[in-house]
Amino acid sequence: MVSKKAKIKLYALSTCSHCMRTKRFFKEHGIEPEIIDVDLLTGAERERIMNEVRKFNPECSFPTICIDDDVIVGFNEEKLRTALGIR
Amino acid sequence: MTPDKLYDILSIYASSQGIRLNKDKPFVMDILQGLLTNEARYGYRSCPCRLAWAVKEKDSDIVCPCVYRDPDIKEFGSCFCGLYVSADWNEEKIAHRQVPERRPKEKRMM
Repeated sequence: MVSKKAKIKLYALSTCSHCMRTKRFFKEHGIEPEIIDVDLLTGAERERIMNEVRKFNPECSFPTICIDDDVIVGFNEEKLRTALGIR
Repeated sequence: MTPDKLYDILSIYASSQGIRLNKDKPFVMDILQGLLTNEARYGYRSCPCRLAWAVKEKDSDIVCPCVYRDPDIKEFGSCFCGLYVSADWNEEKIAHRQVPERRPKEKRMM
């Protein structure tokens, strides 16, 4: 089980349905990750964030979810539950 | 164009192609809203699940329906986004699994 202080970062696209499902999952469980909608970024800021995404997920696909040291790619409820210790 | 109107049009289109729209309508409506957002942004209906270049020539393979849809449906029963699926997928005759990105890396905005 991750602690309440787990660092959770969600790299998403504002238009992506799998990303929306992921956002909804967090909301339903009262978890507030840091959400970055990459499609809404431009220029150097987007480049900086994409460098981060690439480091965690070389495929650079969305959503990419970092929960402490765990990286989950795509909306996978089972993996999210395991990583977050939610039954 | 509204998501509801697009839903009606694409339902008929999907059937004409021998495939279906995902039976999860709220999920489909999210995708359609994303498609219309991208159309307003870029001038074309770029895949809402992929980061677009905002240059039509570079995004031509991911204008919906993307060129990866048919091979994805053939292999997994669903496209990458989960908008278009096979009848068997909708009827849960085949497992619903995460569809990996088929777009070649060199074409992606990375």
